[in-house]
Amino acid sequence: MAGIVTNPKRRNSEAAPRHLTEPAAVRYILIGIALLFLGLIVLLPMVTVIVEAFRKGWAAYIEALSDPDALAALRLTLVTALIAVPLNTIFGLCAAWAITKFKFRGKNLLVTLIDLPFAVSPVISGLIYILLFGAQGFFGPWLQDHGIKIVFATPGIVLATMFVTFPFVARELIPLMETQGVQDEEAAVSLGARGWRVFRKVTLPNIKWGLLYGMILCNARAMGEFGAVSVVSGHIRGETNTLPLHIEILYNEYQFSASFAVSSLLMLLAVLTLLIKSLLENRMSRSHEA
Amino acid sequence: MTALIRKKRRVLPGFRLTTGITVTYLSLIVLIPLAALVVKSADLSPDQWWSTISNPRVVASYRLSLLTALCAGLVNMVFGLLLAWVLVRYKFPGKAIVDGLIDLPFALPTAVAGIALSAIYAPNGWVGSLLEPFGIKVAYTPIGITIALIFIGVPFVVRTVQPVLQDFDKGTEEAAVLLGAYRWRTFRKVILPELVPPLLTGFALAFARGIGEYGSVVFISGNMPLKTEIAPLLIVTKLEQFEYGQAAAVAVVLLVLSFLLLLLINVLQRWSNRRLRTA
Repeated sequence: MAGIVTNPKRRNSEAAPRHLTEPAAVRYILIGIALLFLGLIVLLPMVTVIVEAFRKGWAAYIEALSDPDALAALRLTLVTALIAVPLNTIFGLCAAWAITKFKFRGKNLLVTLIDLPFAVSPVISGLIYILLFGAQGFFGPWLQDHGIKIVFATPGIVLATMFVTFPFVARELIPLMETQGVQDEEAAVSLGARGWRVFRKVTLPNIKWGLLYGMILCNARAMGEFGAVSVVSGHIRGETNTLPLHIEILYNEYQFSASFAVSSLLMLLAVLTLLIKSLLENRMSRSHEA
Repeated sequence: MTALIRKKRRVLPGFRLTTGITVTYLSLIVLIPLAALVVKSADLSPDQWWSTISNPRVVASYRLSLLTALCAGLVNMVFGLLLAWVLVRYKFPGKAIVDGLIDLPFALPTAVAGIALSAIYAPNGWVGSLLEPFGIKVAYTPIGITIALIFIGVPFVVRTVQPVLQDFDKGTEEAAVLLGAYRWRTFRKVILPELVPPLLTGFALAFARGIGEYGSVVFISGNMPLKTEIAPLLIVTKLEQFEYGQAAAVAVVLLVLSFLLLLLINVLQRWSNRRLRTA
């Protein structure tokens, strides 16, 4: 559901005049409580991941990450993201173009339907593909006859990931392109530019940061998805385990240090994602003001 | 008017191509699979359907998922408001980092959050061992589930309240003060009413996310049937027992709940936007 919440524009708030703010003591207490809450709920888990990852030392850490199963999981995670993110990006661009550049009936319905995956529990996102392609599913017997494996194999993992990350790029682009209107593109067309060229030369430069923003968020979710992927994966070590599933297996086998070592890798991804995200936000608000 | 629209449609290229791709891809990835869920749950006769979802274990899992998500949503509403307030109104060192940290639960994979939280709150963990002497158990109880859902829900309330608070008209506040109102009264009577729509939206978003959440919860919840088994986990259990029809039935109820919430969120957001525009 992450994409439903849009980020506020950063703004430097000037110091409030005295009659419009609280006494210093109240301010400090409020800041203190807020930071304590955030520290306990958000910061502490991050610190735990790092401390537990290195509990058995640097060598054990490296060993956990260079384990063949861990490497296989990393490979599968990368492959999944490499398929899901580009496809959802193309879809997001098409959906945003159709919705923001044209008027047609059923547009509101379409926007709502695009958001649908955000409202679906990750477990259900996996379940639906089992019901379609599993042995007892609708296409199960046919697939079995033709020797095609979707569920408990890579295609199922990719499909479930695509479902879960489906709205990210579209959600980011639709409001952005809505505010930019159609004048630029119409001008380009009246000057004789053709379809693809209009998009590449006029639209793309206007939306590139927003597009990248959506792709970064999409990628973070694609690499980190657990529930949906766990349902369709079948947990075959070295074959159908992604990094989050590998973490689960290690944890359930009481290999805590190794589990946290792999977790630290995904946490690094999350922190990088947030850093790039805030860089892009600054850039977007600057180009917005310009 | 229609002529105008039709003309516009022709001006920019790609209408058929982009709507075609959008609708096809949407149907293949989202709509058809979701329809399969509903069709599959209809494998069960109405009696079987009812006995599946009225089974005590299933009812207990719904109740647990709803109650823990509700508690987590309420906690996030209070602390989300506080965090948004502090971030918009006050200056303090490290503010940019704090603001960035708010989004961490969106970016951190749920499995990582799950094992970290259960390590912290387990009886031998950092916080768990502090609470143990007082007889407070967090991990493997509904409290643990609630804490995981609080973690997941932090960004929702903060990020919906923050922009409204930023755009809040200082003039209204000033007027209240000039008319002799004290700080607390100004907050309660002038500022808080404006924040009600975003607070409710943020709460509903966190609540909806909490009902379906799986990854961050399974590690800390203990997964005891009737006690600490959340609804999404029960779906997984039914699947592992190859009870596909029952799994689908449990899922359909959960899905309907989520969609009703989504509808509510849309109404709330429209209300909130309208208030912003008139303000």
